[in-house]
Amino acid sequence: MHEYSIVQALLTQCEEIAAKNEASIVNSIEIKIGVMSGVESHLLKVAFDTFKEGTICGKSELIIHEQPLRIVCNECGNETQIPIYKCTKCESLNVKVTDGEDMYLMRLEME
Amino acid sequence: MCTDCGCSIRGKEEEHHHDHHHDHHHYDDHCSKDHQKTHSHIHDNPHLNDPKTITVIQKILDKNDHEAIHNRSHLDSHGVLGINLMSSPGSGKTTLLEHLKDVCDFNYCVIEGDLETNKDADRLKAKNIQAIQIQTGSACHLDAFMVHNGLHDLPLDDIDVCFVENVGNLVCPASYDVGTHLNVVLVSIPEGEDKIAKYPVMFRKADLIIFTKVDLLPYFDYDIEKEKAVARSLKPNVDILEISIKDEESLRTFAQWIDFKRKMRG
Repeated sequence: MHEYSIVQALLTQCEEIAAKNEASIVNSIEIKIGVMSGVESHLLKVAFDTFKEGTICGKSELIIHEQPLRIVCNECGNETQIPIYKCTKCESLNVKVTDGEDMYLMRLEME
Repeated sequence: MCTDCGCSIRGKEEEHHHDHHHDHHHYDDHCSKDHQKTHSHIHDNPHLNDPKTITVIQKILDKNDHEAIHNRSHLDSHGVLGINLMSSPGSGKTTLLEHLKDVCDFNYCVIEGDLETNKDADRLKAKNIQAIQIQTGSACHLDAFMVHNGLHDLPLDDIDVCFVENVGNLVCPASYDVGTHLNVVLVSIPEGEDKIAKYPVMFRKADLIIFTKVDLLPYFDYDIEKEKAVARSLKPNVDILEISIKDEESLRTFAQWIDFKRKMRG
């Protein structure tokens, strides 16, 4: 259940950005969660709704974009979006991951 | 939204007729004159009460990652190799560290992470291994800040390798860079097959996978070659060792692997 720690980091980040922009309310937060980031989106949402109370994000909506694993084959150049580390075209395991393993804060709407 | 600076000025273009001084200019042809004025208005009036959308694109754990870089450079400045040991509870992390001392030539210390008790650190100290315990309370993983605190209490002079023994857990520790150089993930035979396939995020992070308690293989239906194949389908270049603490020679291979990695870092 490290989703609670992730949410704490996210709330701190939002508070800092809001302060920098002299905003007093954060309306919505858009994040991108890679399917291979090790975080469960549903639990993240539950944790967010629990911990946002009393912060600048108290009324914020959390919009989660789930990012599938995206790989580019180093052998044939084929680009795919599938949950395995293997090229669908030439079956090579020599692939580069371009997305789907990280967690990003993407956008904030505040006033 | 403006494509120049990303700030949101929805609905302001038409209604904006003011004559105060503008010191902010946009020279893009795509920006209309009114649009420019609106921009100036926003930039000159930070207390605007209209919603403003900004694009950030920042890693959620960027503070942790920053601290991890700091930890790594601290280890580098002392010529110490940092190794993060991860596995489920009971797969033999502490036992491995207890017995490694008998077969290796380098000096190592250990930062121990557990939810409760000092038992693991006490076990290592009993073997004259320098160790400090971090009690995480309810946290299911170590992060770079906790390891930073641990490093403060560990004098690194005369130390060659610093192990971070993470909280026993195959899920959460995988998301955190603690500031070591290498990740070693243990999986023991009694845990049963399919652990690697079930926890791909963790095993994908491994630089070395160690199968532990391999002396128990005759008593379990465990196809170790199949497990290795699964590991290499997740990460083709991962190193793999089989270890039993009853077999000193197998322990020595781990010590040699660490020696090799130390040499590779100059």
